[in-house]
Amino acid sequence: MIPQHRGEEQAVSLSLDHYLVVAALLFTIGSIGVFLNRRNLIVILMSIELMLLAININFVAFSQYLGDLVGQVFALFVLTVAAAESAIGLAILVVYFRNRGDIDVDDISVMRG
Amino acid sequence: MGGAYLPDLTLVLPEGILVVTAFLILMTGVFRKSTNPQVQQRFGHVALSGLIVALGALIFYHHPAERWISFEGQLLQDDFVYLGKILILSGSAAVVGISLASMLKEHLLSFEYCALILLATVGMLLMVGANDFLSLFMGLEIQSLSLYVLVALKRDQTIASEAALKYFVLGALATCFYLYGASLMYGFSGSTNFEAIATIIRMESAGNFPLSLFMSLIFIMASFSFKISAVPFHMWTPDVYQGSPTPITAFIAATPKIAAMLVFLRLMLEPFMTLYDEWQSLVAFLSLFSMVLGAFAALRQTDLKRLLAYSAIGQMGYMLLGVVAGTDEGIQAVLIYLTLYLVMIIGTFACLLCLRGKGSYGVQNIEDLAGISTLHPKVSFALAIFMFSLAGIPPLGGFFAKLYIFKAALSAGFFGLAIAGALASVVAAYYYLKIVKVMYFDDAPKVPSASYGQIVVLPLKMALILNACALVTLLFFVFPNPILEIVQRAAFTFSG
Repeated sequence: MIPQHRGEEQAVSLSLDHYLVVAALLFTIGSIGVFLNRRNLIVILMSIELMLLAININFVAFSQYLGDLVGQVFALFVLTVAAAESAIGLAILVVYFRNRGDIDVDDISVMRG
Repeated sequence: MGGAYLPDLTLVLPEGILVVTAFLILMTGVFRKSTNPQVQQRFGHVALSGLIVALGALIFYHHPAERWISFEGQLLQDDFVYLGKILILSGSAAVVGISLASMLKEHLLSFEYCALILLATVGMLLMVGANDFLSLFMGLEIQSLSLYVLVALKRDQTIASEAALKYFVLGALATCFYLYGASLMYGFSGSTNFEAIATIIRMESAGNFPLSLFMSLIFIMASFSFKISAVPFHMWTPDVYQGSPTPITAFIAATPKIAAMLVFLRLMLEPFMTLYDEWQSLVAFLSLFSMVLGAFAALRQTDLKRLLAYSAIGQMGYMLLGVVAGTDEGIQAVLIYLTLYLVMIIGTFACLLCLRGKGSYGVQNIEDLAGISTLHPKVSFALAIFMFSLAGIPPLGGFFAKLYIFKAALSAGFFGLAIAGALASVVAAYYYLKIVKVMYFDDAPKVPSASYGQIVVLPLKMALILNACALVTLLFFVFPNPILEIVQRAAFTFSG
């Protein structure tokens, strides 16, 4: 009853859909983190990183499925840009913190209307 | 593929010139460490001449009526891209021209500002010239990352850093939406190239499109609606306009909007053209709500820049009306609107940067303009022209821009939308005319502050750009042909 080559069988049964579902879940968790987060700006930055990683999973999965390298190249570019983006995001956050003294999401409302 | 060929580098000559100038400015700035205003101003002039040389290179090497593709299909240049690049380069040059003096006045002029403006312009040029989701992504990011930093340039001011934060979070979210859409499109079509995607979608049978294609379309549309600030993705616009220093607001209001709108147009008309029946109702929704919100939300604003932000949302709604039409006439109308919008918005900001209100920089509130007409008849006359034109009063440029849009919408059969747009523009006329009324009929405050209504600067560059913008707006109905010709050729790239 116990399969001899368990590892191989599982590798076969892991199809493209599994990867896409994981990516979609991560992307959804990330967007929920951006929209429903009421606590802290760092969490928003982390959520954005999560969404970008979900996109990378998508690209790499499609690239493997299609047998085409463009998707993996795209994923590399996304990684690079994600690093630049989080650097700039953190820099802006530091500037904001120096001016305001806290990074609560609820307090970002000097301008309204 | 695979050869040791160099791609055709003349295609990216303007971008190359700008990058080299930006790095030159950065290196010199880092090693000289000077805070001397004259040195800072020299950096500004270097940036300005870089933009002008790039514009010259673009015009000199353009191949008319040809689809010029390079970098393995990543970048292209046709008449449509050519028009876009001309608008972006001249718009950026004009904004640098009008903002140098007031940036200096506010101690904001630095080599970083000049380098960032140049890099943002490079990003916009790459965006407009992109022929692939990868190159579009890179252009989009180069532009957005530079703009986030520009908004936060005034580091010690709370509202500036707050505006930058909001802009960053929503902009990064829009980028994520774009990338998710692009990844789904890659999975569906096996390619990221616009032409290949257009061919593959055309082969699908109509009415039987897979879900992934729709999701990709919706994600990509949402992300570019963020960039052009169409309702319901407009939340960042008023805050960013108000929070950033006025010269930087001028930059954000002018060229990035143009670039994003042109990319939106290209995406809808090239890869997604087969899906026209699917996206036209979505774009119609964006257009209608932008026009209505732009008209009504601006009514209760007292801050001038916030008012201009809502006005921009409304104007984007009118442009989207031309996109909805989807016809050759509609594309031409959008391009005419974009050109005149660029001229009007640069003119408006040039006027605001000339004058000085109560605050430390620029004119902040509408009532700061009270009685300006007696102090500065010329500047207030120019501002009145731009306001009348934005409101769409004949015979100024803005009227014809709206006329072409409504004509295109009517002949494509969108009667309801065109009527709603006309009504919204009547409501919007109220706040534009209110500004003119405050300038001409309200009295200046009894006890003016020392700086009240004082002209900050009207140096040669500023006067030149202001007059040029006013002349184009005033005389468009007499000499429309130069603009109409180039626009017709640009629109022909999609129909021909």
